[in-house]
Amino acid sequence: MRKNPGLFFGLIIFGLLIAGIVTAYFWTPYDPEAFVASALEPPSLGHIFGTDDFGRDIFSRVMKGAGTTLAVGTFTIVIGALAGLFAGAVTGYFGGVFDEIIMRVNDAITAFPSILLALVIISLLGPEKTSNLVIALGVAFIPSYARVSRTAFLREKNQNYVTAARLMGAGNFRILSVHILPNTVSVLLPALTIGFNNAVLAEASMSYLGIGVSPVDPSLGFMLKASQSYLFSAPWYAVSTGLTVVLMVLSVGLIGDGLKKKGR
Amino acid sequence: MSERVLEVKDLCAGYTTTGVFGGKKYNEVIRNVSFHIDRGEILGLVGESGTGKSTLAKTVLGLLKPASGEVKNYTKAPQMIFQDPLSSLNPSFTIERILEEPLILRGVSSKAERVEKVKTAAKQVKLGSELLMAKPSELSGGQRQRVSIAAALLCEPGLIIADEPVSALDVTIEAQILDLLSELRREHGISFLFISHDLNVIYKICDRVIVMKDGRIVEEGVTRELFASPKQKYTKDLLNAAMEV
Repeated sequence: MRKNPGLFFGLIIFGLLIAGIVTAYFWTPYDPEAFVASALEPPSLGHIFGTDDFGRDIFSRVMKGAGTTLAVGTFTIVIGALAGLFAGAVTGYFGGVFDEIIMRVNDAITAFPSILLALVIISLLGPEKTSNLVIALGVAFIPSYARVSRTAFLREKNQNYVTAARLMGAGNFRILSVHILPNTVSVLLPALTIGFNNAVLAEASMSYLGIGVSPVDPSLGFMLKASQSYLFSAPWYAVSTGLTVVLMVLSVGLIGDGLKKKGR
Repeated sequence: MSERVLEVKDLCAGYTTTGVFGGKKYNEVIRNVSFHIDRGEILGLVGESGTGKSTLAKTVLGLLKPASGEVKNYTKAPQMIFQDPLSSLNPSFTIERILEEPLILRGVSSKAERVEKVKTAAKQVKLGSELLMAKPSELSGGQRQRVSIAAALLCEPGLIIADEPVSALDVTIEAQILDLLSELRREHGISFLFISHDLNVIYKICDRVIVMKDGRIVEEGVTRELFASPKQKYTKDLLNAAMEV
């Protein structure tokens, strides 16, 4: 812990957030959808984050909304990282015509800003389901992972230990998964945590634009959008919601950096 | 007549590079090379850097396709020992895991049996068993080279190609590694193609030597005879240069 305070604090903050999110599935101080008090009450003992424009308890809504945001971020990187890792590993390792084709497609996707690309995909899939948002963001994040993992695999494949493994009789699949993959973790893991953070922020911006998660599920991004109109009359709304996003992004960033340090 | 483990005939090999506009350019590195290695023999390969020693090694191992000529390898699983032992050991594996890999690939499915064999191999190369749990980066150069020798040994090869195996090591460690290689040759009948630019090392360990220049073999012979009376000017120059040092 003393050697790696970043990892330690990252895990603590992330752990607390997870605890809150899990608790929200069984219990929140108030029903997040119920109008429990008058609108825009400042923070008090009864409502520690205050209430929103409909008189709903913000703390309860943040607990619930953080879960949605975390799920969107997680599944987005699962889609983006898995597909990107696969594409990067195959192109970096085998090279040749296949590499050219995939990487040129990759370039074409990169040419669109990822938010714009996600917008296009959402409008094709339909905006009513949260899962469509996850798919759209996931696809938009594939190129960056593909690029990072391609570079990592390309660098490793010419190392002598790969040649040695081949001489021992290891096949391509074994070389890729058993020999090279563990050595790319120190590069891929930080990319993963940065990707997670981008996904959380992208969810927030998409919801902010009104095309993110469906309004029935509270999400941090959606709440940030709603809080904007009351930035001066009820600053606690934006601050408490924004701070939760910041803590989530910060803790994952700290964990990523910490793991990178530990890997060395 | 002793048993052949490797026979190379009229071998030509090189690299093909593809230009920006798809034009292919073939750059020949190995030109009409013929030699053979017998069972239990250590054949030295000398030459300046850039003469194609490593390319020859790659071609013999089948990592590079010959342009013409043939490589007949009569042994199974030829192995290679590299100059830089750190890059030839997987940095994220422990030494034990590195040494287990050849056994896994050979189908030794019992973990206990593998560990037992790994320990035996470590003992053979005089590697302390307390080092088995270490990572390659925690070992010294000599220890790392012992690990790569042990890994090669676990493949039960008939032929090992050693590409400058001691040039990254200091002199005392060098002597130990050379002794180890001679011992393996004696006890297991393994043949070596020993690549080096250092004639002193070649003199100590090799039975026969081939001298390479610009991708061709310019001279070959039994080590002592060749060192005592080199016929080619290039070999003389090499020897003289080595004397001066």
